[in-house]
Amino acid sequence: MSTAILAWCILAAQIMLALGMGCAAFRMLWGPRAQDRVLGLDTLGVNAMLLLLTFGIRTASALYFEAALVIALLGFVGTLALAKFLLRGEVIE
Amino acid sequence: MTGLPAWAALLTALLVVLGAGLALTGSLGLLRLGSFYERVHAPTLGATLGTGCIVVASILCFSVLQSGPVLQALLIGVLSTITTPISLIVLIAAARQRDRLDGSGSG
Repeated sequence: MSTAILAWCILAAQIMLALGMGCAAFRMLWGPRAQDRVLGLDTLGVNAMLLLLTFGIRTASALYFEAALVIALLGFVGTLALAKFLLRGEVIE
Repeated sequence: MTGLPAWAALLTALLVVLGAGLALTGSLGLLRLGSFYERVHAPTLGATLGTGCIVVASILCFSVLQSGPVLQALLIGVLSTITTPISLIVLIAAARQRDRLDGSGSG
């Protein structure tokens, strides 16, 4: 009974996270300016990381941790590089 | 997740739904708010508290399943909490500079 509730709750959470990814993708594709697009990409990465964590809980497998960690790290580095590019016009000075 | 006792399953379900709801709220704010400086506040909701809730749910689930502390997911929470302010502060600095350049330019 309680595992069925957990399965349905994880499904609901995954649908919510997918909707959040849709919102972030809309902002990334139709953002009025470049900083809005970078912010949308950052939010998309965070939501994808959370979605992978819920997949890990659902399948009870630790493999998804590494994927979520890689997405979190690459999202941070990517956002920082894009913001630095917007700030200076070049990434490495 | 078949060997999970009832209290752990219900607590995990509550935390997962709470975290996903917070992340969805942040993403909706990103979609709906008016200016960039308002929009930049919204996704931090999912990046800090939403991530924290789902990380705690994951730690709880795996620790109960393997009957010992499994703290790998804590790394994701700490990483997200540290990196989100850094990247967003640099992004806001870039946006302010772009706005200033636009204001003093031809427009």
